[in-house]
Amino acid sequence: MSLTVTDLSCARGGVPVLEGVSFTLEPGQALELRGPNGSGKTTLLRTLAGLQSALDGGIEAPDGAIAYAGHADGLKATLSVAENLRFWAAIYGGGAIDAALAAFDLRGLEERPAGNLSAGQKRRLGLARLLVTGRAIWMLDEPVVSLDTASVALFAAALKTHLAGGGSAVIATHVDLDIGAGTLDVSAFRAAPAQGGAFDEAFL
Amino acid sequence: MIALLLRDIRLAVRAGGGFGLALAFFLIVTTLVPFGVGPQNATLALIAPGILWLGALLACLLSLDRIFATDFEDGSLDLLATAPIPLEGVVAIKALAHWLTTGLPLTLVAPFLGVLLNLPGPGYYWITLTLAFGTPALSMIGAFGAALTVGLKRGGLLMSILVLPLYVPTLIFGAETVRRGTEGLATGTPLALLGGITLGAVALLPFAAAAALRVNLR
Repeated sequence: MSLTVTDLSCARGGVPVLEGVSFTLEPGQALELRGPNGSGKTTLLRTLAGLQSALDGGIEAPDGAIAYAGHADGLKATLSVAENLRFWAAIYGGGAIDAALAAFDLRGLEERPAGNLSAGQKRRLGLARLLVTGRAIWMLDEPVVSLDTASVALFAAALKTHLAGGGSAVIATHVDLDIGAGTLDVSAFRAAPAQGGAFDEAFL
Repeated sequence: MIALLLRDIRLAVRAGGGFGLALAFFLIVTTLVPFGVGPQNATLALIAPGILWLGALLACLLSLDRIFATDFEDGSLDLLATAPIPLEGVVAIKALAHWLTTGLPLTLVAPFLGVLLNLPGPGYYWITLTLAFGTPALSMIGAFGAALTVGLKRGGLLMSILVLPLYVPTLIFGAETVRRGTEGLATGTPLALLGGITLGAVALLPFAAAAALRVNLR
């Protein structure tokens, strides 16, 4: 379940943002994406997750190995914590949600509507979704935003368990998670400004 | 897939899901029309099939943006697009959930609202039958329109303008079948065309809507 990226270029809104990104991620490894705001971390993650197509270059990953977690948690405010999590578990063909609830300290909140959770609790529920997907390669976009210190530690522990079990992760973050991850500074791959006006995005 | 269907139905019937909105709108339209055109029984009987079809169509249009807009806003659509079920399946299931919570209830209440419009006797049978045949097309075409406009803030206006012309054939053949049915004429041709539009929409539009979603998620 290794992820190989070769000479990848990606664009946001029709404008090339990154070019020449290459790395290999083996099972058990994590990669932290660093770079200032607007440097293309989210664009890279969305491209890797398959939400947008790459301009150029290749992404080699086994089918159905990647789980994506973006800025938004994908929670339904009128469904309870357990209903939200059970839904994603069913979508990914998994079953039990108990381990995921325990890993992110959500026990006791199962019957609470997700809309009544605090920002940090919502984020923890969003991250618990990753555990029920059962997928090996996690694409995480700013996973620890709005988490307190204890919750960051919970997340780091869950991530370590995931890595120890042969999983891997690409994480865009500004917080040092202390999980022994390699770092990749995306600002080194900034794309040259586009030449000419070949902008057909709106018509595709 | 079944989990997605159950979730969408559950979301629709819970608070703020918009389940009652379409029904209430349908009730309001059919209640107000007699006040607008006057209480002459003959006039009402003449326009009843058209008004019922128009009311159901507009009620359906009113609830279209909940198919994808809420999922887009809270990030669920990104996650569904990367989930192991194909996006075409997601579109078809969400359209089905929309029909079960909008088209089907509208079909079931239409005969009762027909009383308010002095719908002639055979019309009750035909309005139920044609709405049952036609409303799946309304949901599916609507899902396509919603997929096209999902990335736009307040895209409801654009979606209505895009979807309304696509609704016209369904409206024409639906109302025409009821009119012919109430007058005792042959209904085979418009009914077959109505069913054909529905089957065509169900067969083709999930692919078009999924392609539109992929473009909008980039």
